[in-house]
Amino acid sequence: MFESKSGIFLIAGLGFFALSFVVMAVLPWAIYAGQPELTIPQLAENGIIPEFVDLAERYPDRFTQHFNKPTYASFAEALKLGHKVYVAEACWHCHSQFVRPVSNENLRWGPVSNALEYQNVLQRPVLFGTRRVGPDLSREAGRRSNDWHVAHFQKPTSVVPSSVMPEYPWLFDGDGYPNKRGMALITYVQWLGSWRPEYPYFEGEAPPWADSLRPAAPSGMANAGPVADVVGAAPKEVVR
Amino acid sequence: MTAASAMPAPIHESGPRTDELVDTRMVLWHMVAAMVFLAIALLAGFFYSMQFLQHYFLPKWEIFSPGRWRMVHTNGVAYGFLANAFLAGLHWAVPRLTLRPVYSRRLSAFIFLAWQAVVLATAGGLVLGQAQALEWGETPIWIDPIALVGLILVAVNFLAPILRAEGPLYVTLWYFISAFVWTVLVYAMGNFLPQYFVGGTAAGAIGGLFIHDLVGLFVTPLGWGLMYYFVPIILRKPIWSHGLSLVGFWGLAFFYPLTGIHHFLYSPIPMFLQHGAVITTIAIELVVTTVIVNFFVTLANRGDALRTSLPIRWFYTGMVFYFVTCLQCAFQTTMPFQRIIHFTDWVVGHAHLVMMGVFGFWLLGMMVYLFPRLVGASGWYSATANSWHYWLTMLGTLVMFLDLLVAGLVQGYLWKELAPWEQSLIASVPFWLVRTVSGTAIIIGQFMFFWNAWMTWRTAPSASPSPAGPSMSVRPATA
Repeated sequence: MFESKSGIFLIAGLGFFALSFVVMAVLPWAIYAGQPELTIPQLAENGIIPEFVDLAERYPDRFTQHFNKPTYASFAEALKLGHKVYVAEACWHCHSQFVRPVSNENLRWGPVSNALEYQNVLQRPVLFGTRRVGPDLSREAGRRSNDWHVAHFQKPTSVVPSSVMPEYPWLFDGDGYPNKRGMALITYVQWLGSWRPEYPYFEGEAPPWADSLRPAAPSGMANAGPVADVVGAAPKEVVR
Repeated sequence: MTAASAMPAPIHESGPRTDELVDTRMVLWHMVAAMVFLAIALLAGFFYSMQFLQHYFLPKWEIFSPGRWRMVHTNGVAYGFLANAFLAGLHWAVPRLTLRPVYSRRLSAFIFLAWQAVVLATAGGLVLGQAQALEWGETPIWIDPIALVGLILVAVNFLAPILRAEGPLYVTLWYFISAFVWTVLVYAMGNFLPQYFVGGTAAGAIGGLFIHDLVGLFVTPLGWGLMYYFVPIILRKPIWSHGLSLVGFWGLAFFYPLTGIHHFLYSPIPMFLQHGAVITTIAIELVVTTVIVNFFVTLANRGDALRTSLPIRWFYTGMVFYFVTCLQCAFQTTMPFQRIIHFTDWVVGHAHLVMMGVFGFWLLGMMVYLFPRLVGASGWYSATANSWHYWLTMLGTLVMFLDLLVAGLVQGYLWKELAPWEQSLIASVPFWLVRTVSGTAIIIGQFMFFWNAWMTWRTAPSASPSPAGPSMSVRPATA
């Protein structure tokens, strides 16, 4: 049996693989099978992030050209395209989306990741990440301003001198303003973690611009805010 | 029984001739393709490493985006270099072990062309921004079904002679049979389930399973199968213990597929599954030790071969690295290690030791052994270049491994101490510089090897091999 063709083919080849598939794949699959997986439109309807609206106000002509108005539909489109760019440029090879319960990570990044956060289509395949050359991004939402991201994607060393992140000039028009893909990627990155009730107070204290961007209490903002509320919010002045 | 099955099938005087059995041209073609993709993958890695020193050569070009070329580096190594070199080894070894030709020579040629098309399309797709967010499976999703068909054809082509073979089945063929089954299943599981059927955390478990199965169930069994074939032939003595061969094979077959989740420890995947994966990973180390012992006792009294036979030196260096990498694995998957080294360069060093230091070395050793035979040369053009190739590659890999190991610890502790993130970058730069330099040594070594191969081919008595291949007996040749 241990040296026969059929033994090796059936037991080692098919049998042991099937065993591992049940234990390592079907089991976690079954455990989370009851959890609904959100579609991109559902994610968008959870609340348009103010940074998306900020892009519309900051670059009105280009935004209108690319996304028309900041609506659920255009927000969903931006998330989808931003995710595509994020995968295409292999951002996830140097940035994780996964805060571990060890190594003081909750102090550095914010709340530890839980399984439900990954139950959506933008985590297909899941973006836990593999290496952290740059920071974890799962609590990136609202941590930095859109301006910061524009400068950073264009030339990372202009804001972080020791950065080894590549430049992405193809995410910008010739005159240095973000193009459609650039706006989408900024939207996607600014969205990461915006579903948390702690957003944008991940590190226990608000970023300096938080109050000017959103008058409401942070807990009230999470998973809330129909687009009219956000668009009608107080004038946005980004302080860095 | 034991003695018979521990050696390649005996040759009968009236047995088939080599050129009826072995498609030598396929061995050569796949080997050349492996060299070409190795060159591309190494240069991609070198380019990418320059990004870490803030000196990327082509920063303004979208198609040279460093992140995309990182994927060309890893996928080029896995599907361009390793897969082609394995196919060369399979074309050489399987007909010799079974005394049967492959299923169809036309199919072999078709697989050759189709596989190169798959690899080139993968590289092109990655560079054009069509990647799939699955580590080691970044192949654009439209190529995945084509690659899977290719893998099935490979399995058919080589399983046909194995299933028709008579008499006891040699160890190598155990590994090959299971590898053909596993590779098809693993590729289908890893590329399709997380994309189309499973989402979220559970897909992470499957992704981890895919990453590890690709190493453990595709690369490892083919690699060990070739070692069980070439080492006894070159040393002209059987493998020491048939019993340990059995333990090694069945231990690997049972434990290796059960380790995948150890890639995502402390993740939202249920903890009992994570702990299970840690235990099986440690169990693998015990299995690996039996295989290593078996091969090193086989070498006993023939230690001079490490000096006199270059292929043996490559093989056994790879085995030492294999032991180191598996020992490292048994420690690094434990929870205390994971707290520090996860997400750091430690893991990158580990991956390089596995892919280059172990399987790369074995396949390079196989090429060193086979290439002159394939082009009809009596030996290598330059023994000096071969020696440089070995030492540059070996030292380059060793230095890179140790360098990234320490870098990982530095990064991990800086992160834990909540040092500003930029500090972990600044502290890493010297290590990244050493990484680039050691990688350059590896690249110089390979290009000396390619040049040596080219000169060997050019100066061979018959400039190109005849369609039937050089007339050579099936009898094992000496090193």
